[in-house]
Amino acid sequence: MLESGYPVVTATIVFPLICAAILFGLRHPGAVRLFTLAASVVEILIAVPLFTKFSMDTGDFQFVEKVSWVPEWGLSYHLGVDGISYLMILLTLLILPISVLCSWTYIEKRVKEFHFCLLFMTSACIGVFAALDLVLFYVFWEAMLVPMYLLIAVWGGDERRYASLKFFLYTLAGSTLLLVAIIAFKVSGGTFSIPELMTKTFSFRFQCWTFLAMALAFAIKVPMFPFHTWLPAAHVQAPTAGSVVLASILLKMGTYGFLRFCLPLAPEASVYFGPAMIAISLASILYGGAVALGQTDIKKIIAYSSVGHMGFVTLGIFLFNVKGVQGALFQMLNHGITTGALFMMVGAIYERSHSRQMSANMGLGKMLPAYMGFWGLFAFSSFGFPGTNSFVGELLVLVGSFQFNLWVGAITIPGALLGAAYMLRLTQKMAWGRPRSTKPSWHDLTTREWAGLLPLAILVIYIGLAPGLVFKLIDPSVDKLLKDFKARTVNSALAEAPLFGLDFVKK
Amino acid sequence: MTSPEMIHSPGMLIPLALTLAAPFAIWLAREDENKREAMSFIFSILTFLSVLALIPDVMHGKILTFTLFELIPGVSVKFAADGLAMIFAFISSFLWILTTSYNIGYMRGNKEHAQTRYYICFAVAIFGAQGVSFSANIFTLYLFYEIITMFTYPLVAHHEDAEGFEGARKYIVYLMGTSKLFLLPAMILTYILCGTLDMHLGDALTGMFPKDADPVLVSITYALYILGIGKAALLPFHNWLPSAMVAPTPVSALLHAVAVVKAGVFSVSRIMLSGFGVETLNNLGLGLPTAFLAALTILVASLIALTKDDLKARLAYSTVSQLSYVIIGVALLTPLAVSGGLMHIAHHAFSKITLFYTAGAIYTATHIKKISLMRGLGRKLPWTYGAFAIASLSMIGVPPVCGFVSKWYIVNGVMDPAFLPKWFYTGTGVTWAGTALLVALLSSTILNAGYFTPVVFSAFFRKPAPEVDIEKYSEASPAMVVPLCLTAILSVVIGLYPEFFLGLTRIFAKF
Repeated sequence: MLESGYPVVTATIVFPLICAAILFGLRHPGAVRLFTLAASVVEILIAVPLFTKFSMDTGDFQFVEKVSWVPEWGLSYHLGVDGISYLMILLTLLILPISVLCSWTYIEKRVKEFHFCLLFMTSACIGVFAALDLVLFYVFWEAMLVPMYLLIAVWGGDERRYASLKFFLYTLAGSTLLLVAIIAFKVSGGTFSIPELMTKTFSFRFQCWTFLAMALAFAIKVPMFPFHTWLPAAHVQAPTAGSVVLASILLKMGTYGFLRFCLPLAPEASVYFGPAMIAISLASILYGGAVALGQTDIKKIIAYSSVGHMGFVTLGIFLFNVKGVQGALFQMLNHGITTGALFMMVGAIYERSHSRQMSANMGLGKMLPAYMGFWGLFAFSSFGFPGTNSFVGELLVLVGSFQFNLWVGAITIPGALLGAAYMLRLTQKMAWGRPRSTKPSWHDLTTREWAGLLPLAILVIYIGLAPGLVFKLIDPSVDKLLKDFKARTVNSALAEAPLFGLDFVKK
Repeated sequence: MTSPEMIHSPGMLIPLALTLAAPFAIWLAREDENKREAMSFIFSILTFLSVLALIPDVMHGKILTFTLFELIPGVSVKFAADGLAMIFAFISSFLWILTTSYNIGYMRGNKEHAQTRYYICFAVAIFGAQGVSFSANIFTLYLFYEIITMFTYPLVAHHEDAEGFEGARKYIVYLMGTSKLFLLPAMILTYILCGTLDMHLGDALTGMFPKDADPVLVSITYALYILGIGKAALLPFHNWLPSAMVAPTPVSALLHAVAVVKAGVFSVSRIMLSGFGVETLNNLGLGLPTAFLAALTILVASLIALTKDDLKARLAYSTVSQLSYVIIGVALLTPLAVSGGLMHIAHHAFSKITLFYTAGAIYTATHIKKISLMRGLGRKLPWTYGAFAIASLSMIGVPPVCGFVSKWYIVNGVMDPAFLPKWFYTGTGVTWAGTALLVALLSSTILNAGYFTPVVFSAFFRKPAPEVDIEKYSEASPAMVVPLCLTAILSVVIGLYPEFFLGLTRIFAKF
């Protein structure tokens, strides 16, 4: 069942695996790096049909591939892409070369294995976003855990054992529940196929239980307060590329899960638990921001900022209105670009100062002007400066939340302020702070670092000023998602129930 | 009332492009300071000329508009050149030329560090000011408003000492805090209520809000705007301005008499007139509280100014109070008062920049900051103090200096019964609210005189302080003295021939 010339989605999943296998034939670390970089570029070329043939007129799945896998259990190898997963796959493709570039000098031991993990993870991530069969999804979901665990446990910082184990246990706990939900869907719905399940209606009680099981798995992944504690540890200990992939792609899987599974498969339960999810999202926004304000470790600041930013995403999703979901998708993309870039920059400065502490990385304005220029741009983007990518997403989520309920909107606003506060404080210290010791002679950004940061910087401004293309990509899918969702909750008495008092601004 | 002709024209992109290119040109010429300063000059003159080129069309009642990017439907980067836009674009680009000359005298005279960064940030701030003036919608306004905030931060913190960082921290906390906490939600509520952020251009009556919008929400939105535009230095968010005076004086001059604070009052006026419109504000009775807040700001700031011995601090509080004249004029919502208020944006700019220029010239020549030590200096620095005296008269509102004209219009607007709102004039007599405002305006004039005349008087007519040897002092370099004399002369010229700015306000407001 193919729509276009060759199975492009499968090709993008398989190609990194082939490259990963070839890696073992290479001896020299330099050759490994070059080869992986080349492979990441070829990977993008392989995906070209995705760019050229993707139709922006429909919210249905495209590039669908379906092959029977284990017929007696009803398993099939079923892949497909819609606007929501399309965006995430693009992000994954973009992040691979960038994570190779930022590990060029950072990773010195077991270079081959490191790049193997990167390639393997790319495959698994694309698989997660493209899978249309629950079991296939679960296979990819679990497959991505192992290389991430290894990235932290082998190439991480001093406390890598603690961090990697915590990461592994948290996510494993979540995915066990996910597996339970998947089996429940099979038992009750009779199929593992996601598009088929989307057309079925389940009892409210069933929806609630499956929603809780899935939501917990996804909430850990996002992570939402109070399930976030693995994230700062993992981020701080992970090597630069690990942090970049973790922030840019892995966190998105949680919110992707909410959009792909919770809303379509358990719509009434989503409405029922909506206020609670909104409350947790608001808590994440405020908590992440407030804690980030108190950190002295640069990487921890960025890590906690992720908790806050992802809170905006989950908030947008559970507003159930167009602006909110659009904004959530935008923020998923923007957070991937901006936070990925920020982690990359933290890695760059760590390679120079061998410290992640703010106090060790001060007064860079005169010494590393290009570095500070990029940092400034990404920091602005991080707190939603108008004209940068995050502003568009933040604005949409805020508009959505004010439309939903005045008070929800009002509580979100201090979150936006906190974002500005910790980023500006950090940037001010890095640019102008007095270095404690004598001025070291660090070199400014190298060509390699420029090559990694420049595409992200261009995206920051491009999406910030002309986000039209992204809208065209996501709008049909968002409309379809919400239309189906509304159609399936309209008969339920719950849909009529007031969500949170004061809804006089609701249109 | 004829509806204005809207033309699609990218004319105002030229000054924007020039001011955007200027920082890059300055950066490229950083090795040679003469070349670098030449770049500032060239770009400031070109910018001014390109602004000037727009005036004939605007004077003929046309409104030029251009959409550059569309973010989401109703939210775009869109520019428009109308009468109000031209006032601010004109003064900020013209005074940039003079300030560039003054900058060179001051920065070299005081051997300041990091001059390239300084000139770059300066140029970006002017870019922001141009952008604010040409904004056709609230998003564009917000975008450039924030650009000004971010790029003036390094200017305020320029000395990079504890005092500089403290002042700059306060600056950013106030401006960023208010804009994120109040301006951002105001913008979002506007978007929800109107479905767009494009303001209603063409007249000051209609506004952009639909007639059936929830009055409570519209009022909340309005209050959020007034609180959110911290740059207008209204109470209670005025305190950043005196703290920002730690910056080098040319920064205080252009940015804190013209670009930054005027961006604030300009934004408030723009949102009141083109965003809400006179009718909506009258219907909801929002003029009165605004006028009272402004009157309170005028009185409190004037009283504080009286107590300050540091010349720049006194000027800073004077700015806080004078800015509120603009807002009080607009908030009265009568044609004459609005004209007066909007004219005051330009008039105050010329006079206040003169005052800051003189403060910087005095400091460069003598390194004296305190007014009590400046006794007798007028005889040694006659040009500087002469200019100071003229500008002070403008602040007090003495004819024929320009400050008089705008105050004249504001007070006449107060007296104009045909247009006055009911809360002000019942038909038989002025209400208590009107009386209170009149008293505030008049007493503020006395207070202005109270804090400016002693400075002038003691400089010319009192014996020098014993610890100061005035004999060794002489005028600062011509690069500084010439601009300040020019702005002083212009203050008088505008006072005698106010038609230009008056014409622009009439073209804009169309009462």
